[in-house]
Amino acid sequence: MHIAEGYLPPAHAAAWAVASAPFVVHGVRALTREVRSNPESTLLLGASGAFTFVLSALKIPSVTGSCSHPTGTGLGAILFRPPIMAVLGTITLLFQALLLAHGGLTTLGANVFSMAIVGPWAGFGTYWLLRRFGAPLMVAVFFGAFAADLSTYCVTSVQLALAFPDPGTGFAGALAKFGSIFALTQIPLAVSEGLLTVLVMRLLTQSSKGELLRLGVLSKVTGKDKGAGRAGASGEEKEAAAR
Amino acid sequence: MSRNAKINTLLLLVVAALAVLPLALGLGDHKEEPFTGADAQAETAITELKPDYEPWFSPLYEPPSGEVESALFALQAALGAGVLAYYFGLRRGRRQGEARALAAAEGTGGAADAADVGPAAARGTGAAG
Repeated sequence: MHIAEGYLPPAHAAAWAVASAPFVVHGVRALTREVRSNPESTLLLGASGAFTFVLSALKIPSVTGSCSHPTGTGLGAILFRPPIMAVLGTITLLFQALLLAHGGLTTLGANVFSMAIVGPWAGFGTYWLLRRFGAPLMVAVFFGAFAADLSTYCVTSVQLALAFPDPGTGFAGALAKFGSIFALTQIPLAVSEGLLTVLVMRLLTQSSKGELLRLGVLSKVTGKDKGAGRAGASGEEKEAAAR
Repeated sequence: MSRNAKINTLLLLVVAALAVLPLALGLGDHKEEPFTGADAQAETAITELKPDYEPWFSPLYEPPSGEVESALFALQAALGAGVLAYYFGLRRGRRQGEARALAAAEGTGGAADAADVGPAAARGTGAAG
């Protein structure tokens, strides 16, 4: 659930837009580079964007007695890195802001910052660290997607608490209030998103082994679970693919 | 069902359970309007924190009714699901085609080999489903 249209004071809305813009611009360049050097990745890019589309359209009931929706940004961040996800997430947010009156144009910058920037980075960071410490692929994917989902809504809570501090208790009081609305509601949904991302990744390991090898999600040594350093591995694989 | 398919089904069942349990356990009963959107609740919280706040911009286009809005949300999900299904279908078809071409290239008795690929591919799809 994103910040609704007009619900951030103009100064905050502008500040978040300025903060988000460089990430999205950088993302667009990363995306064009990826498509140009690996035209065959277009399909999987489309599938990652589609996953975000599906998940952010599903409003699911949660333990707090309210509804929210997952974000689906963890998968693309793990596959293609966060900059590319910044673009795909922004497209999803634009669709919802323009056609569904969900989120908004004035709050787009803030919503992009939470869902398309912090979420993917938190998800990818969690995934990368877990893989670094030798966690199995699917465990890392689950917690990566979980972190991407939950962190998005923690950021939303912070953004609103900054804009609307509690008259008595200030920022902390408002953060507790918005946190109980967004972050708490999101916990079971983040578990669901983690499980769904694991499901899609399982299907991908069966259907698209070559792509996952090239992207460094699977490593060449065993064909599956050994967590080789992603950065080095993906470089080698690109060369291998070029040959 | 293969082990793979069982795990995938189990994952889907847990996700479904996580969504249904809050409804089944009546976790929204303490609210006047159970299971409203978290964004609407945030709007209420904002008016509590700052009663004089007025949204200074309204959506350029707002679905005229709940029905139209749900249609557009369904459209969004359908678009996404369609592209995902296309992706996995294409992959599976390609893999089967490759297996068949490989068998045809290797096989001297092409017809017998092609018949062999059938059940093998079916096993493969069982694992994928």
